[in-house]
Amino acid sequence: MTRLRRGALIALTLVMMTLLLLPLGVIFTQAFARGWGAVLEALTDPEAVDAIRLTLMVAAVSVPLNAICGTAAAWCIGRFQFPGRALLMTLIELPFSVSPVISGLVWVLLFGANGWFGPWLDHHGIRVIFALPGLILATVFVTFPFVARSLIPLMREQGAGEEEAALTLGANGWQTFLRVTLPNIRWALLYGVLLCNARAMGEFGAVAVVSGHIRGQTLTMPLYVEALFNDYDWVGAFSVAALLSLLALVTLGLRFALERRMGSSRRDIV
Amino acid sequence: MRLARRSVLPGFGLTLGLTLTWISLIVLLPLAALVLRPWELGISGIWHSLTEPRVLAALRLSFGAAALAAAINVPLGLLIAWVMVRYRFPGRGLADSVIDMPLALPTAVAGISLTALFAPKGWIGALLVPLGIKVAYTPLGVLVALIFVGLPFVVRMLEPVIVDLPADAEEAAATLGATRLQTLWRVVLPALGPTLLAGFGAALARGVGEYGSVIFIAGNMPMVSEIAPLLIVIRLEQLDYAGAAALGVATLVLSFVILLLINRLQRRFARS
Repeated sequence: MTRLRRGALIALTLVMMTLLLLPLGVIFTQAFARGWGAVLEALTDPEAVDAIRLTLMVAAVSVPLNAICGTAAAWCIGRFQFPGRALLMTLIELPFSVSPVISGLVWVLLFGANGWFGPWLDHHGIRVIFALPGLILATVFVTFPFVARSLIPLMREQGAGEEEAALTLGANGWQTFLRVTLPNIRWALLYGVLLCNARAMGEFGAVAVVSGHIRGQTLTMPLYVEALFNDYDWVGAFSVAALLSLLALVTLGLRFALERRMGSSRRDIV
Repeated sequence: MRLARRSVLPGFGLTLGLTLTWISLIVLLPLAALVLRPWELGISGIWHSLTEPRVLAALRLSFGAAALAAAINVPLGLLIAWVMVRYRFPGRGLADSVIDMPLALPTAVAGISLTALFAPKGWIGALLVPLGIKVAYTPLGVLVALIFVGLPFVVRMLEPVIVDLPADAEEAAATLGATRLQTLWRVVLPALGPTLLAGFGAALARGVGEYGSVIFIAGNMPMVSEIAPLLIVIRLEQLDYAGAAALGVATLVLSFVILLLINRLQRRFARS
């Protein structure tokens, strides 16, 4: 009886896992419905190349910015006691509880044609919304919490003992950070950067709002997938989607490797 | 420097300054614009823009589908988390990574693949056609997408709690002659109650704001299968910034209130 129940529960779980895998199966079968040639053609289309380049550019700016600021936030929150620390932590996590669409909307309210700074920007010929800066701002907003969130629990746990020892031995602040702190937090930092990057490249809702959907100019890969799908170009849409899925799979694999290396069941649910 | 107590480490002023500047520019200023914008409509204008039938229908769909999906995800997530923690079986490692799939896939990618799956000619959609069930381009599609993206939240929140579940209570119940089902109902579920609620809340909150995975499969018919986030986008496209912001604030406030209530309930649960 117990064995039967056990078997049934496991079987049920495996069925559900298979269901969770079906979307992935659909992506690749749809992409390859007309063979390798069609996939390559879709991915080397000039518009696809533009979308890939734009996605890389957005990530290349927003991920390092958030990595630096996230590390700074982790340093002050994870190493010092000060009033308002909990509040600061809440503010850092705030973007995670905001809908992607609202994360884009806020930037339009600031810099859009009818936004607070819209007329001023217009007067000076600067475009933020429907252009690269808007895409970067929206991405920075949604990916802001990742690095700090992965570093702070670890830095709290480690304590400041090693840094204090280094300082006592005559190291200056930067030396202490680079030689003592950084090696201690490198895997957690990498973990945060990894998740931050995956989200930056895959974000849809927030960038959809600020993009304006100008082909060849403001379509990141996920937005390009949408454009192709709405044009009934399924092979094209699923080819780009397959590329994004590969990125997701690689990220997932690296994540598990890092989780194992960090030696804890630390998991970030986002 | 005087703010930070009991530390010889340098860099407090620098890092706190950088963090505060960054948060102000990236989070607080934009959110201030969101909260302040609707007021140009005046109270009655805000009320009007939020009580349009189309808005109410969208809010009902977004919150209703998110709540239903979260409610479905609680037993599903409990089953998966239980099996993953308590049993060892071939394929367990793979299964563990598959759980994160819905969150790892970019939302637009999840959206188009779910649409392809559930379209009348899709792998699952074709099976449902003879039963007369239409998923793609109906409110049911919204529900399916929200179940898909919400499941990992419940599983991942439950797993550590099930690991820490004291085995002696279950053993004691079994020794005292309780059947497995009784033990589950009387001993295990009460212990997991607060976490189940928290998982429900997390899945719900995510579902209310979800956009990319929903809009492709929903069909987006006004009054029928149009979600609130999409209506925000539509208002922005019509340059109705204040109306878009009002709807944005309304969904945020509603979700926060629901989460607060869940949190309250959770505490009462934990105390009893």
